[in-house]
Amino acid sequence: MNMSESTQLVPITVSVNGKTCQRQVEPRLLLVEFIRETLGLTGTHIGCDTSFCGACTVIVDGDAVKSCTMLAVQADGSEILTVEGLERDGVLHPLQQAFSSNHGLQCGYCTPGMLMSSLALLADNPNPTRKDIRKQLAGNICRCTGYQNIIKSIEAAASAMQED
Amino acid sequence: MYPAPFRYFRPGSLDQALTLLSELGESSRPLAGGQTLIPILKLRMDEPTDLVDIGRLPGLGSINIEDGIIHIGSLATHARIGRHAVAGMIPVLADCANGIADAQVRNRGTIGGSVSTADPSCDWPTLLHTLDADIVCQNAHGSRSVPIREFIADAYTTALGNAELVTGIRFKCPPENSGGSYIGFKKAAPAYPAAAAGIQITLAEGDVCSDVRLVLGAAGPRPVICGEAESILRGNTITRANLEKAAEAIIAESDPPSDIRGSSGFKRTMLHSLFMQAADIAINRARGNRVQGVHEYV
Repeated sequence: MNMSESTQLVPITVSVNGKTCQRQVEPRLLLVEFIRETLGLTGTHIGCDTSFCGACTVIVDGDAVKSCTMLAVQADGSEILTVEGLERDGVLHPLQQAFSSNHGLQCGYCTPGMLMSSLALLADNPNPTRKDIRKQLAGNICRCTGYQNIIKSIEAAASAMQED
Repeated sequence: MYPAPFRYFRPGSLDQALTLLSELGESSRPLAGGQTLIPILKLRMDEPTDLVDIGRLPGLGSINIEDGIIHIGSLATHARIGRHAVAGMIPVLADCANGIADAQVRNRGTIGGSVSTADPSCDWPTLLHTLDADIVCQNAHGSRSVPIREFIADAYTTALGNAELVTGIRFKCPPENSGGSYIGFKKAAPAYPAAAAGIQITLAEGDVCSDVRLVLGAAGPRPVICGEAESILRGNTITRANLEKAAEAIIAESDPPSDIRGSSGFKRTMLHSLFMQAADIAINRARGNRVQGVHEYV
């Protein structure tokens, strides 16, 4: 390994859930590690760590991305939304409320990714069909629920958000 | 942290990036969307000393059509291509783009990364063979255009030289009496296809096939152009019997490897079905019908 003696640190500035964060990071630091370990926001989960399961899904500049497959340095200058940014003043986001009311989770491990992925869907398509929901969630794996109640939850959230 | 340490550079222009890659030499890698490179780095299957982040270089993500030529910038993401007006005009582009991996990966992964990786199962290289696309490559000394069938030399091997980048993809907009389809079979959305078939067919008066390009993906080290099957269709009227004959020729021309995604025999059976389904969609489109495409075999 032809590395210089000292590890390179790169300054990055990101907005996370509306709060500006400036840090010096090693270039090989993954975005999910930056979120969980550097910022201490452990709501974003690491599942498979191979870009398969979607538990680490966050929103970067409006797009759902797998934060285990992005470097923190690539997010420099971006606006990031994690599951912690959904609740406002102690009130659950309609998606969180719908997952709770419709039994859209069991163990809850995949739920932060499910929520962020469905948030991106509803931003683009406020009234999705079941097919649209299934297509969007194709990159989010749940080993408990069998998905039926997750889909029901997203439909319920879509209706609730349209009524608002 | 899983990747081995590397130095990171984010140049502000394509020229700077090309100069930097040339100076840093063979142990450096360009980083765009990272959807292939980052998993490789995490597994330490590659340990570059330097990464040159080209992901945000201005101008390389544009998609346009000029004088009947489609140009897709190498940094255009699958998601962006799938939503673009050009994909509305050429629906096979939407079929392919919207079926790659999952929504999250499509938001980051780029067409340039897909062709540069030249994974035998990658969707874009196979589809771009059906469109006889040219790959625009650039290094610090200038740019050149390489036909895709020369660009993809072997599995994971391209015609790209050291410190040379793919900057765009170009192909002729297919005529109105031409239709395309691309279908892959995947076990799960984020997985690579086990088998894929792409077809671009042009029909003249009386449903006669005036031109056709048939290409299989994941069926060999590089996309397989089925010349024999093409010659069965070219110049002849489209009939069920001719399509069946072409499907048989495809099976004979392909040699899919047995691997974790299925046995060779299973993949041959899949290729037969994928071809028949893709041909049906492409022929309908060539006849001027609006047909909903599917990337995934159903």
